[in-house]
Amino acid sequence: MAEATLRVFRGDSNGGQTVDYRVPIAPGMVVLDALHHIQGHLAPDLAVRWNCKAGKCGSCSAEVNGRPRLTCKTRMDDLPQDQPITVLPMKSFPRIKDLVTDVSWNYRVNRKIPAFEPRPGTDWKISQLDVDRVQEFRKCIECFLCQDVCHVLREHDQKEKFGGPRFFVRIAGLEMHPLDGRNRNALLKDELGLGLCNITKCCTEVCPEEIRITDNAIIPLKERVVDEFYDPLTRMFRRIRGK
Amino acid sequence: MAGSPTLLPESRLGSTLRRDPWWIEILPVIIVMGGFSIYATLRAFEGAYYSWGPYLSPFYSPLIDPQHHWWPLSPALLILAGPLGFRATCYYYRKALYRAFLLDPPACAVGEPSRRKYSGETKFPLILQNVHRYFFYLAVLFICFLWYDAIRAFFFDGHFGIGVGTLVLTLNVCLLSLYTFSCHSLRHLAGGKLDCFSCATFGRSRFAAWRLSTFLNERHMLFAWCSLFSVGFADFYVRLVASGAIRDLRLL
Amino acid sequence: MTANYETREHDVLIIGAGGAGLRASLEALAQGASVGVVCKSLLGKAHTVMAEGGIAAAMANVDTADDWKTHFRDTMRGGKFLNNWRMAQLHALESPDRVRELEQWGALFDRTEKGDILQRAFGGHTFKRLCHVGDRTGLEMIRTLQDRGVQQGIDVYMECTVTRLLTDSGRIAGAFAYWRETGRLIVFKAKSIVIATGGIGKAWRVTSNSWEYTGDGMALAYEAGAELMDMEFVQFHPTGMVWPPGVQGILVTEAVRGEGGILRNKLGERFMEKYDPKRMELSTRDVVARSIYTEVKEGRGTEHGGAYLDISQKPAEYVKKKLPSMYHQFKELADVDITKGPMEVGPTCHYVMGGIRVDAETAESTVPGLFAAGEAAAGLHGANRLGGNSLSDLLVFGRRAGLAAAQHAKRVSAPSMDNSQIESAEKELLAPFSNSGTESPYAVHRDLQELMQNLVGIFRTEADLGKALVELEKLRARAAKAGVEGSRLFNPGWHLSYDLKSMLTVSEAVAQSALARTESRGAHSRIDFPKLDPLWEKKHNIIVKEAGAMKRRESPVEEMPGELQQILAAD
Ligand SMILES: Cc1cc2nc3c(=O)[nH]c(=O)nc-3n(C[C@H](O)[C@H](O)[C@H](O)COP(=O)(O)OP(=O)(O)OC[C@H]3O[C@@H](n4cnc5c(N)ncnc54)[C@H](O)[C@@H]3O)c2cc1C
Ligand code: SF4
Ligand code: SF4
Ligand code: FES
Ligand code: FES
Repeated sequence: MAEATLRVFRGDSNGGQTVDYRVPIAPGMVVLDALHHIQGHLAPDLAVRWNCKAGKCGSCSAEVNGRPRLTCKTRMDDLPQDQPITVLPMKSFPRIKDLVTDVSWNYRVNRKIPAFEPRPGTDWKISQLDVDRVQEFRKCIECFLCQDVCHVLREHDQKEKFGGPRFFVRIAGLEMHPLDGRNRNALLKDELGLGLCNITKCCTEVCPEEIRITDNAIIPLKERVVDEFYDPLTRMFRRIRGK
Repeated sequence: MAGSPTLLPESRLGSTLRRDPWWIEILPVIIVMGGFSIYATLRAFEGAYYSWGPYLSPFYSPLIDPQHHWWPLSPALLILAGPLGFRATCYYYRKALYRAFLLDPPACAVGEPSRRKYSGETKFPLILQNVHRYFFYLAVLFICFLWYDAIRAFFFDGHFGIGVGTLVLTLNVCLLSLYTFSCHSLRHLAGGKLDCFSCATFGRSRFAAWRLSTFLNERHMLFAWCSLFSVGFADFYVRLVASGAIRDLRLL
Repeated sequence: MTANYETREHDVLIIGAGGAGLRASLEALAQGASVGVVCKSLLGKAHTVMAEGGIAAAMANVDTADDWKTHFRDTMRGGKFLNNWRMAQLHALESPDRVRELEQWGALFDRTEKGDILQRAFGGHTFKRLCHVGDRTGLEMIRTLQDRGVQQGIDVYMECTVTRLLTDSGRIAGAFAYWRETGRLIVFKAKSIVIATGGIGKAWRVTSNSWEYTGDGMALAYEAGAELMDMEFVQFHPTGMVWPPGVQGILVTEAVRGEGGILRNKLGERFMEKYDPKRMELSTRDVVARSIYTEVKEGRGTEHGGAYLDISQKPAEYVKKKLPSMYHQFKELADVDITKGPMEVGPTCHYVMGGIRVDAETAESTVPGLFAAGEAAAGLHGANRLGGNSLSDLLVFGRRAGLAAAQHAKRVSAPSMDNSQIESAEKELLAPFSNSGTESPYAVHRDLQELMQNLVGIFRTEADLGKALVELEKLRARAAKAGVEGSRLFNPGWHLSYDLKSMLTVSEAVAQSALARTESRGAHSRIDFPKLDPLWEKKHNIIVKEAGAMKRRESPVEEMPGELQQILAAD
């Protein structure tokens, strides 16, 4: 049977090294299958997160050959077999062990976002036309791959000032919810650092749910922030209309 | 099971475990944008060979004070800020330029050069990117002039006709229009700013407008490049004809 | 005392952060209780996130003739009348409100022309009844609940596994757990505990369930003295993926059939005509699963031992819009474009109808202070669950459990903690580190899955089940000897060695109950007793721990009041 070599990071917050494992290849096998093989036969304490094995839960994120991916959706036969396949933990988050990282920062950011609040007096009739746009954002499986690849976090580590693409997606889903009555523009501008995003689109490139994060969430939100804070005309209009 | 030293690359310019030649993405941007900037600068300062017969180079449209009554330099310099500002603040070009020239980041999951504190678009000068929509308004004005120029290019001494230059100018203004009307700011104004299409006044038509601009917007990058080439070529063609290097071919 | 563990105190502790657990926590919080939620994975990754097809609720937005009575009747008929009638009634009555509530918390369902929640057809449901969001309904549900919970301020203990319930002279006192990340120990003090830990499917080889589904909640309750009920009823979903090997068992949502998908065998025959000519592909899951199994057994299976499921007669755009994740799943994992050709599917272990026996109104188990909801609880689904009835179950009974748990906590005094229980729980948990043998928990798990798959699968016999019980005993001995390598820091081998114990307990409960039930009903099919037995229609199998061993009892099915019987009789 054909075999492949996986070069997997083994270590914890204190450091570590990569270790090579030989894994037999089966048809249609994904990287997560290979990691499970290693767990079951070669290294029982290899730490990986996973749940659904079908790209639905967003648990199994890692960096395969340098690219942030869901390991359960990365087919072995799509990767070159002549060299070892490197599997590393997500770089932007503190390492816990092997491929498991500490993603709790994301959950803290999420807490800052005010939840949905219906506009008073709504009759709960919603048109599919309005639903379609928002459903794209609600597809997010919280794999945090976009957070991992975003250079504001990855290279500049601005976790204090920046919410990251995942949460711009979440806010886009709330702001464009046809019945939501809240305004989160100030939060976006001041606390979540929307301006730190320089729309270089890496988040869109890695999103396994194919959410067009930059074009459909971030840029429209930037435009909304401009409306409220930077555009003198719209500000004037608002003042005239007494809002 | 041989262990090898940690493979987690330190962050420095270009550090990555990606196997593909990631720099392939930014190389064309560097070459084309660099080349275009040099050409455009030279041409803008040249102040000559910008019109021939009914043709006017898009670099010089609208043509202001060509006789140098009050403006001693090239007329292009008076208007260049418009298109330049529009492109420089364009959401697509921002991405391309930040990646190719600021290397911020050079490509996804590739290390950046270590440098001062990163502030994205929150500080001067990059905070000015937020005025993009005003450049869009300006761009619409320019598009009107360019359409006027294109239509004028169909009339040779008062008679209808078509030359190669006519086609060049028309194609150029079409591509520029597509580029302009696929702008993100327009998409926002057209309807993107609404939270609820079905509740807003004229919601249905604004939804239709938003859908159309979304359709165009999805191809914004394509239009950005095509129109960049076409505008450069249109100017080049006019210059060739105006300087007498070639003769315009009359088709009709 | 020098404690090896940290201690946290809550009025109500909820074990499980799926739909049931989160809904329970919201309700308990609304009652003013202090609430802690513990889960084995990160928040938002529980099984509920994978649910695809929809939530059943008789809202009558599409088929205006629908009402709670019809939903009640469908549920009871689907469950072959073994359901707890009161639960089925409450479920049918309350689920529309629970769905509306989700919407008020920000969920966005697909809509009808008129702007109401759109509903789709599903197996066993008379009317179009499933509220849905494409094929990712569970994701919408769990995100909505999770975001609301975060906003309301629940304390979530993520990646933390409960391994023992602590009691104070027969009533609940708290729980013992460890952090998966660090391996450190934690003790929760609580007056009420809600178990919402989901199912047991990881004990089978071909399963749609994740590593979390090891039956922990049922094992915990069982060890604490609670009764388990109807454990023989394990649902095999008719359509799981069969190829390639790595994805075997991954679910193909019933929504494919709901949207018009057709099943065919190798010869191109639409074989459901033989088994259920009236409802065809939208027959109940037990029937469809057995039909596919039989086709394959009799040599009419596909290349990889399944049936063809074809939706490609529908327009490609429609398929991509209504079944986007199925489209991607097959495209990316199996190189099949479902808008152009058929999928290969076969039965996969999916859901357990049985579980902790609870009171219909309060969801309280037989142990005071211990509540259960969701897949971990028994009663609503009887012998077979209808698709879509689980998500609504989570909401209806999650809420009821949270409410009753909070009220219970208000009523009772603080329990006292028994240190000897904590010490023994700690000893048990850490034992694998001192096992020196060569036995690997992974190997025991593989063998358990093989055994359950072959001997306690879709079709069962006395001989197989008897053999299974013997083999389970051997596996138990092996599991006790399994050792682990490495440290306590995020060590999956160690984690598995605890999960194995739960799986072995529930597997034994399933096998024992299945052996006793000498009939075929719903999801339980005995080759040696292929018919319904009216006597067994009146009996539940109950599993309890007595004198340290697993005992089975029978308990009569509760008599249904006259007016409900009339509803059932109507057509
Ligand atoms: C692929 C798939 C598709 C499905 N589609 C549908 C559908 O369309 N419609 C429908 O109605 N139903 C569907 N179901 C069934 C339904 O999703 C589940 O039955 C339901 O989500 C179970 O919810 P729950 O709240 O009971 O448990 P879960 O959502 O599974 O949550 C269990 C929680 O308990 C925690 N837990 C478990 N053990 C421990 C422990 N020892 N200590 C601490 N925490 C613990 C877990 O971490 C998890 O958070 C589907 C199921 C699957 C697998
Ligand atoms: S587009 Fe913005 S948010 Fe997305 S990766 Fe780039 S900088 Fe980060
Ligand atoms: S937006 Fe996409 S990449 Fe980011 S967390 Fe969600 S699914 Fe993952
Ligand atoms: S395991 Fe769920 S996304 Fe990979
Ligand atoms: S976004 Fe490119 S022109 Fe406006």
